[in-house]
Amino acid sequence: MSSQYDLEIQTALEDPTSRPHLVMGGATFASIDDDVAGVSEGFLKKTSLAWYAMFGASISVLAMLGAVVVYLISTGVGIWGNQSPVFWGWPIVNFVFWVGIAHAGTLISAILFLLKQDWRTSINRFAEAMTIFAVCCAGLFPAIHVGRIWVVYWLFPIPNQMEMWPNFRSPLLWDVFAVSTYATVSLLFWYMGLIPDLATFRDRATSKIRQGAYAFFSLGWTGSSRHWHRYEKAYLILAGLATPLVLSVHTVVSFDFAVSQLPGWHTTIFPPYFVAGAIFSGFAMVLTLMIPVRAIFGLQHIVTLRHLEVVSKVILATGSMVGYAYAMEFFVAWYSGNPYEQFAFTNRAFGPYAWAYWIMVSCNVISPQLFWFKKLRQSVPALFVISIFVNIGMWFERFVITVTSLSRDFLPGSWAYFQPTPFDALTLIGSFGLFFTLFLLFIRFLPIIAISEIKGILHKQESHH
Amino acid sequence: MEQQEAKALGLLAEYETPQALMAAAEKVRDGGYKRWDTHTPFPVHGIDDAMGIQPTILPWIVLGAGATGTLTALLLQWYTNGVDYPFLISGKPLFSWVPAFPVTFELTVLFAGITTLLGMLALNRLPRLHNPLFDVKRFARATQDRFFLALDATDPLFEDSSARALLEGSGATAVEDVPDVPTNENIPSWMWQVAIVLVFATFVPLGLIAASYNSTSTTPPFHIVGDMDWQESYRYGEEVPFFDNGQAMRGALPGTVAVGELEEDDAFYRGMDDMGNWLAVAPVEVSKSVLERGRERYNIYCLPCHGESGNGKGIVHERALALDTSGWLIPRDLTMDSIVTQPDGQIYDTITNGFNYDAETGTGNMAPYAAQIRPEDRWAIVLYVRALQRAANASIEDVPADKRSAL
Repeated sequence: MSSQYDLEIQTALEDPTSRPHLVMGGATFASIDDDVAGVSEGFLKKTSLAWYAMFGASISVLAMLGAVVVYLISTGVGIWGNQSPVFWGWPIVNFVFWVGIAHAGTLISAILFLLKQDWRTSINRFAEAMTIFAVCCAGLFPAIHVGRIWVVYWLFPIPNQMEMWPNFRSPLLWDVFAVSTYATVSLLFWYMGLIPDLATFRDRATSKIRQGAYAFFSLGWTGSSRHWHRYEKAYLILAGLATPLVLSVHTVVSFDFAVSQLPGWHTTIFPPYFVAGAIFSGFAMVLTLMIPVRAIFGLQHIVTLRHLEVVSKVILATGSMVGYAYAMEFFVAWYSGNPYEQFAFTNRAFGPYAWAYWIMVSCNVISPQLFWFKKLRQSVPALFVISIFVNIGMWFERFVITVTSLSRDFLPGSWAYFQPTPFDALTLIGSFGLFFTLFLLFIRFLPIIAISEIKGILHKQESHH
Repeated sequence: MEQQEAKALGLLAEYETPQALMAAAEKVRDGGYKRWDTHTPFPVHGIDDAMGIQPTILPWIVLGAGATGTLTALLLQWYTNGVDYPFLISGKPLFSWVPAFPVTFELTVLFAGITTLLGMLALNRLPRLHNPLFDVKRFARATQDRFFLALDATDPLFEDSSARALLEGSGATAVEDVPDVPTNENIPSWMWQVAIVLVFATFVPLGLIAASYNSTSTTPPFHIVGDMDWQESYRYGEEVPFFDNGQAMRGALPGTVAVGELEEDDAFYRGMDDMGNWLAVAPVEVSKSVLERGRERYNIYCLPCHGESGNGKGIVHERALALDTSGWLIPRDLTMDSIVTQPDGQIYDTITNGFNYDAETGTGNMAPYAAQIRPEDRWAIVLYVRALQRAANASIEDVPADKRSAL
């Protein structure tokens, strides 16, 4: 997967006083259009068998998910392994897993924007799309887990014939507000960023249908400087709003656990620990997706090795935070002198779920530590493999937190070992079908890189010469 | 009508670099023009000053929206959980600030976020799918790799030749008229027709719902989702395999009393005084309605055996004799002296517990009626039996003088 640009960056990195350019290969404004819009337009010129094969596979898995959901709704949540005392099984694990992944996009768009990290421009669009699709997958799980999905509107404060309202002191209700606000604001942020690029697509379009569709969604954008002025202000405001929002979402998700009184859940470290974990998993997913896409569509000069390396550093930092949180949980359990808390953690590491715990530690704590080595940070295959390990590890983290605490609570008489059913696995696999179907449609029809922002970077880069 | 030629809407100048555009913008600004704009593929920094663009009021609009979100969330939580449907949980206050924080924060961000995008579009007068600039072919590059300056012909200072000279002397690679291409901006009539039909069509389901809401029906309601309305369950009186007595209905446990069913009042419930003697007189008020009630109950429960007049010749008795059932215990004549002289309490007890009845074998003269007849109705029957006795043993003197001729 290496290319001429990868070599270019490696040589550039030898000199610590100069940083490699964020856009390489002598790009011009026009060539950026050709490269990015070329991804989507390329599908018109040449039938991409690879795309059709991947899309066919994804949509089949999505259809399977649809069948499982129909079976679930018509039969009941009993088709899953959720059983006393573990009533929060895989559905909540999958929910937290996907919500966590959804954090990278808005973090890259908002926080790195406020911090003026120009390198974000090459990957932000991509990461934002990933965020929205991951939120779709995440939202699916609580919705189908409620059992009677036809009354799912009870989650929202809608006046109803029962004259009842939701309980606003429940973290589960906070979650409804946090996740739906996050989904909405992420979508707005993403769409706003897309408007100028959709206009570029419109103006390059050769067919009437394509031109009409992009014209509709670009809302008549002309690149007016008076518009750009308000647009940039709006983007800054949205970034400012999304920054606390992105931190709040996983905080509220962690409240689902931390506000309850179960040993292993009832800890104040959860909000920061969950947020760090979310960023960790989100950046890992960015790598997992970006590495093949940049190679397949020849975008190595826009998403350079420097970008991948920066992402790997973020993974190293957040992975270390997660490792610290794991250790701190044990310390606090010991230091609290609370026998239930102590048991919960001893049981996690050495009880019946020890296998899951040590998979989690190996993937989340040990594997990112390899990024201390520059050679591995600059090796595309190593980045890809470690990112997969992190994805696996973060799923297991949620599994360990959810299942070990529930399966052995205060009453030894109710202890039981959690047994997932095949439908648990099919729902999880199916959610990947949903994710990849949306993702492949995104690659095919939308600008996968923020064209106008890249041009801005290129202009800045040129004026520094 | 002086001009035959189509008038241009303005002038469009093209530049190759942002720097060239910026220089030109400064010239146009200094020329005193007001209605003009530049179009660039990306936001060119510094152009705001070059053009003299004033800061946008968008942040203030967003601030207002955010404050609205905060207030909405607080009012929502206070009203729904504290006033309209008070949620009392562990004795905590019905409304407090800390648990209200997450939702308040989220709604603040939600309102502000939506307003940011919509406000930006509204201030930019977008969406505007048709723009005269799109009629200039080269303008397509405004979103790609060229930089444009558009001067509007409606500007008070606009004068074609001087404006053209200004732009041509500003480093433009091309200066072109923006043609006034007549466009039909009216919505085609068929779209209106479709829209009207659709609007009316949306009322059809609502109308059907309203119609069924305001009408009665003999068929059960149509349930889309049954929820727990149709569960498999045993009904009262059905036989079940898993209880010793085979009954689906579970009785009260021996030695227990359900709330409100203690029946402490011996006189009323058992017909006895404190010493255990039968009450001579029923402990209920005598009235015509009570007697009517007594007759009604008597005719349901007692008449089949004891007969309409209480003479012990009810239809069941007649039938039993007709079948020549040996062992049939003849029902008592309720008007005979031995019963006339019984205290009210004893008759009440007979109705309650039966007569010569063996609960073990379920045999005897008369079965208890406690399960079928409520205490107040038993007393009503006692009073009615008294009336029957009086009627059976009456003489002509008991009939009011004016009714005697009817006999």
